[in-house]
Amino acid sequence: MSSLAATERQGWVGRVLLVLGPVLLALVITSGILVLAGANPQATLLKLLAGSFGTAVKRADVAVVWVSLVICTAGLLVSFTAGQWNIGMEGQIVMGAIVATWVGRQFVDISGVLERGAPLLVIAAMVAGGICGGVVWATAAGALKVLGKVHEIFAGLGLNFVASAASIYLIFGTWKQKSGGTLSGTVLLDEQLWLPTLQGLRASPYSLGLAVVVVAAVYFALRGTLWGLQLKAVGRNLRAARTLGVATHRVLFSAYAVCGACAGLAGAVLVVGVHHRLIPGISSGHGFMGILIALLSGFQALYIAPIALFFAALSIGSIALQLDLKLDSSLAGVVQGVMVLCVLLVQGVRQWRSGGSGT
Amino acid sequence: MSEVVLIATLASILADSAPIIFAALGETLNERAGVVNLSVEGTMMLSAMIGFAAAFVLDGYGPMLFMGTDLAPYITVAAGFAAAMLAGALIALVVAFGSITLRRDQVAVGFIMTLLAIDLSSFAGVNFVRKPGPSVGHLPIPALADIPVVGPILFSQDAVTYLSFLLIIGMAVFFARTQPGLRLRGIGERPQAAFARGTNVVLMRYLYTALGGALIGFGGAAFSLHVKLGWSHRHTAGFGWVALAIVIFGGWDPLKVALGAYFFGALRAAATTLQALLPAVPVQVFPLLPFPLMILTLVIFNSDGLVRALSLLPLGPRRFLFGLLRSNPPAALGTHFRQE
Repeated sequence: MSSLAATERQGWVGRVLLVLGPVLLALVITSGILVLAGANPQATLLKLLAGSFGTAVKRADVAVVWVSLVICTAGLLVSFTAGQWNIGMEGQIVMGAIVATWVGRQFVDISGVLERGAPLLVIAAMVAGGICGGVVWATAAGALKVLGKVHEIFAGLGLNFVASAASIYLIFGTWKQKSGGTLSGTVLLDEQLWLPTLQGLRASPYSLGLAVVVVAAVYFALRGTLWGLQLKAVGRNLRAARTLGVATHRVLFSAYAVCGACAGLAGAVLVVGVHHRLIPGISSGHGFMGILIALLSGFQALYIAPIALFFAALSIGSIALQLDLKLDSSLAGVVQGVMVLCVLLVQGVRQWRSGGSGT
Repeated sequence: MSEVVLIATLASILADSAPIIFAALGETLNERAGVVNLSVEGTMMLSAMIGFAAAFVLDGYGPMLFMGTDLAPYITVAAGFAAAMLAGALIALVVAFGSITLRRDQVAVGFIMTLLAIDLSSFAGVNFVRKPGPSVGHLPIPALADIPVVGPILFSQDAVTYLSFLLIIGMAVFFARTQPGLRLRGIGERPQAAFARGTNVVLMRYLYTALGGALIGFGGAAFSLHVKLGWSHRHTAGFGWVALAIVIFGGWDPLKVALGAYFFGALRAAATTLQALLPAVPVQVFPLLPFPLMILTLVIFNSDGLVRALSLLPLGPRRFLFGLLRSNPPAALGTHFRQE
């Protein structure tokens, strides 16, 4: 986690090299994989770009994914600062989506038509409910870690499994569509409960605004507040922080709760702003991708937005790849993974060569 | 449950648990050496794909290469396992290089490799989805298979299941009774002391991480060539995470790890049985249940709450249960070794 400190010691030339080197390396490796798969690397990568930024519709789709990734990563920055691997974020997103859907369903009839309540208030209640769902799920992982001394990776994984089983139970059981709809998922909620979007596009200015607010809030909270300082103290050295009088349990719980709130918010936005219902695997791996983005950013809130944009563009661009070049869209994940691995390893090589001591 | 059904269920639990046995014991090996290879989920997934793909491709060339000898099916399947082990070892070496030589966070490197390998398996495996291909053949052991009850459970399996039995025994003996096994435990517990006694800690950690990775890869191929035949998108989803949890559940002890794997197998069999009893619950839920249950079991066994509950018992059973349930991780697990 101190890769950051090493970055700060170098001048801007070193920093540019540190960014460009791994990117080039990742490009070479990805091209190699593409050649092995019998594809033309240049054509594929150009297609990837065109598929993500070519039209207004696609740019808006990139924005939709970007919102989700930015909110998740902002939350993860809080838990990482406290030294916690909140791998349970996926389940927290799902829980947020479940609770948001549940709240919405209280106000609609069997075919999803709004029966009572002002639409805006219902949307607000859905979002608030989603946040609560995420907080509860994350706090459960935190309790297992802090009170039960179970490693947070396993606590989070277990809760991920429970959340996804719960969502499947609801989709195929309790909330099953009566008409047996063509798409798997619960009944589509009334259009009045959809977050207003830009004309003819899927992106909503409200969710974009939310994402910016969340990342700014995390940036300032980590930088300029006592809480941010306490998180850092706990993350660097738990025992020392406790000796110095930091209420470590409370700080750790707050880290989980805030991270869960972000996950729940992301889940709720996926319901009110994107899918308008609960679908299987609604988190689409955004929680895991958030961890990659957090690692890539060196745990700096400032870098989240551009890196998340790159990740979102890859995700959307890869869909076109599947349609046009018959290449599987999982290429996006391959490129992302190779990129983060290269950055991490190149940082390591630099420290190793300069004889510095890593973490 | 009638006797016949019970025997068939027990036999299938032993067979279906084999992939997890290989993966969990592979991870036990590198964790006892002090290295956490968090990439098990991804390694199993990618090696399941590569194992099946290699056997599938070779099977296509089979008639040409082996002139239709009787050995052809064995060679193709064995080649699949070899390819999978190679893939597993390569991923493990990346984790080893990143964490041992470059001193990056082991969890971070392992996590990245997990996601990378999962997506790579989907990307590269797209041409092998739902294709019928070669698999490990049934191989009852003559004479032994005819013993009543025990025979059909233990000795009417395939080669992969027999190998899983041998690996459990072999690794238990290796840790407890051999010189290299003792040295391995040394580098996981007190690497500085092991170094002072002349053990090349870095080299040994590389070696055992690669070996562990190869076993995890074998587990992946055991999936696609032995249990859930063939390849489909995210074919082994969840099993790698469970294998990782079982290592902790089993307290890094090969026998207890195997017990954990069989316990998970029993949970899966129970979920199938439960499905018939609870028609109101959607069928899609049942295959998912064993995963949270397994992790929940780990959480209970691993938590402080259990210690408190045990302390209520009288001394005799408390000691016994404590010895059975509690265990400490290798002291140097996940830490970086510095030569001094």
